[in-house]
Amino acid sequence: MINKSLKQLGQALAAKDISSVELTTLFLDRIARHNPELNAFISVDRDRSLAQARAADARLASASVAQPAAPLTGIPIAQKDLFCTTGWKTTCGSKMLADFVSPYDAAVIAKLRDEAGMVTLGKTNMDEFAMGSSNETSWFGPVKNPWDMAHVSGGSSGGSAAAVAARLAPAATGTDTGGSIRQPAAFCNLTGLKPTYGVVSRYGMIAFASSLDQGGPLATSAEDCALLLNAMSGFDARDSTSLDRPPEDYARALEKPLNGLRIGLPKEFFNDGCEPAVMAAVEAAIAEYRKLGATTVDISLPNSHLAVPAYYVIAPAEASSNLARFDGLRYGYRAPDYDGLDDLYMKTRAQGFGAEVKRRVLIGAYVLSHGYYDAYYLQAQRIRRLIAGDFAAAFTSCDVIIGPTSPTTAFKLGERTADLVKMYLSDIYTIAVNLAGLPAMSIPCGFADGLPTGLQLIGNYFDEARLLNAAHRYQMTTGWHERMPEGI
Amino acid sequence: MSLTLEQVQKIARLARIEISETEAGTTRDHLNGIFQLIEQMQAVDTRGVEPMAHAQEQSQRLRDDIVSEPDCRAACLAIAPETEAGLYLVPKVIE
Repeated sequence: MINKSLKQLGQALAAKDISSVELTTLFLDRIARHNPELNAFISVDRDRSLAQARAADARLASASVAQPAAPLTGIPIAQKDLFCTTGWKTTCGSKMLADFVSPYDAAVIAKLRDEAGMVTLGKTNMDEFAMGSSNETSWFGPVKNPWDMAHVSGGSSGGSAAAVAARLAPAATGTDTGGSIRQPAAFCNLTGLKPTYGVVSRYGMIAFASSLDQGGPLATSAEDCALLLNAMSGFDARDSTSLDRPPEDYARALEKPLNGLRIGLPKEFFNDGCEPAVMAAVEAAIAEYRKLGATTVDISLPNSHLAVPAYYVIAPAEASSNLARFDGLRYGYRAPDYDGLDDLYMKTRAQGFGAEVKRRVLIGAYVLSHGYYDAYYLQAQRIRRLIAGDFAAAFTSCDVIIGPTSPTTAFKLGERTADLVKMYLSDIYTIAVNLAGLPAMSIPCGFADGLPTGLQLIGNYFDEARLLNAAHRYQMTTGWHERMPEGI
Repeated sequence: MSLTLEQVQKIARLARIEISETEAGTTRDHLNGIFQLIEQMQAVDTRGVEPMAHAQEQSQRLRDDIVSEPDCRAACLAIAPETEAGLYLVPKVIE
C-alpha cells in the first residue's frame, strides 16, 4: 500500500478496499516508527489526522456514480510547515514561530483538505523561513536523507522530501524560491514540480521572496504530481499575483508520445561544474529521451552564471521586507527582557531568527539602503531580465530544456555549513528558473555511489502539462522513480 | 567591496537585529564572502536594460471596495504576546 500511486490509492478508497482511516493509520504508524531518526516532521497530530480521515470516509461513503468523490479524497498528504494551517502549529522552521498557530488556512491547505478531501498527515521540517539548501538551518534540527542517514535531504523542503522518500507519506507539498522543491526531490529520488509563477496561490504561504516563491507538489511520480497540481492550482483573488486563467487538467497529456519533442541542452549546464557521476546519469537520461523519439538541440543560456549572484540580492531584499513583520508584538516570539520598544524589536529578532535568516535580512537591508540600491538591487533586476531573455530565446528552438537539477548528489550533514557560498552554489541550476518565473521539474534519473541523482526539466510559461508528459513517458520506461531506500 | 564592523552594526540597526561585538566580526566575514559572490554582477553592462521586478508583468489587479474578509479580530489578538482591552500592548514609548 505504501508504494501505490495516488491514482491507485484513490481507486482503492473508492472501491472500499481500504478506508481513509486505515490508510492514514498506516502512514501515522510509519511516522511514529521512523520520524524520531529522520526528523522529517515538526508536528504530528494523530487525532486530528484521523478525524479528517473519518470525514473523508464519510464523503466516500456518500459518493455515487453520478456524484463521485474528488479523486484524491481520503489520501493523506504531508504539508510543508510554511503553509498556515488552522488547528496545527505553523513554525516555518523557526524559533520565531515555534508556537505559532495561524488564525486562517493557506489557500493550498484549504484546497487540498476541503476541496480535494485529502488528509493532513502532519507538518514537515524545513530550512528556517525556507532559507537553505540542506534543511540544516531549521530550528527543529536537520532532516536525514532516507537513502543515507549521514547525508542531507536537501532544502528547503527537506522534511517533505524525506517523508515521501521514506514512504511516511504518499505525497507532500513544498515551496520553491530558488530550488527548494527540485533540489530535495533530486537528493531523495522524488519527482518535484515548481509551477509557473502565479499558478498556485501564495495566500497563507509564509513569504520569503514574494516575486520568486511558488508552491508545488513532491511525490514519487509525474502522474502523482499532475493530480496534485490539479488540486493545488487555481486563481485566488487573495493573492495579488495569482493568475486568472481557465482551469486545466495537468494530467491530460501524460501519455502523449514524445516523437518530435525538441529538447534543449544548455552548454552552461554541461560543464565541469557538475560532478561526473551526476553528469553520467543525466547523459544516460538524454540518451533515453532520444530513444523515446525526442530530438536534442544545443542551446545557450549565456547569463546563467549570474543567476546565483542576482538571486542573493533579490531574494534577501524581498526577505528583509517580508520578515519585518516579525516584531514581537502581534504574534510569534517575544524576547523576555528588553528596555523599551526599540530594544524589544532588536532582542526579539536577535533571539528569534537563526544565523542564516539574519544574514539574509542584513544583506537585504544593505542592498536596499540609500546609496546601494542602484548598484545592487536595480543591477540584479536588470540581470534578472537578461536571464529571462535567455530562456525566451532558447524556447524559440526547443520545447523543453534538460540538465542536472543539482551539481552533486546529497552532500554529508555538516559538510557545507561552514562554506556558505559553496552551499549557495548547490542551487546553481535551479535559481535562474525562479528569476524567470518558469515551470520546472526534477525527476529521478539514476544513482551515483548509492545516492539518487536528479534530472531537471524546464518548460516555457504554463507548459506544466508538457513537462509532466515528458517526465511520465521517461518514468514509464526507466523505473528509477520506483526505487525506495532499504531498511525503511 | 568590503564591509566594516561599523557598517555591519549600522545595517543590523536598520534591520532591528541586535548584534553583539563578538558576533559582528563573524557576521562581517560571512557577509563579505557573500558580497564577493554578488560582486560578479558588477562586470555586466546592463545599460538600457529595464529592471525586471516580477516574473509575470501585469498591472495590479483592483477589486471593488467592499468588505471581503470576516471579522477575525479576536482570533488575531488571541495569538499576540500581550494585549489589553482589544489592543496590542507595546512598551511605553512616550514619557
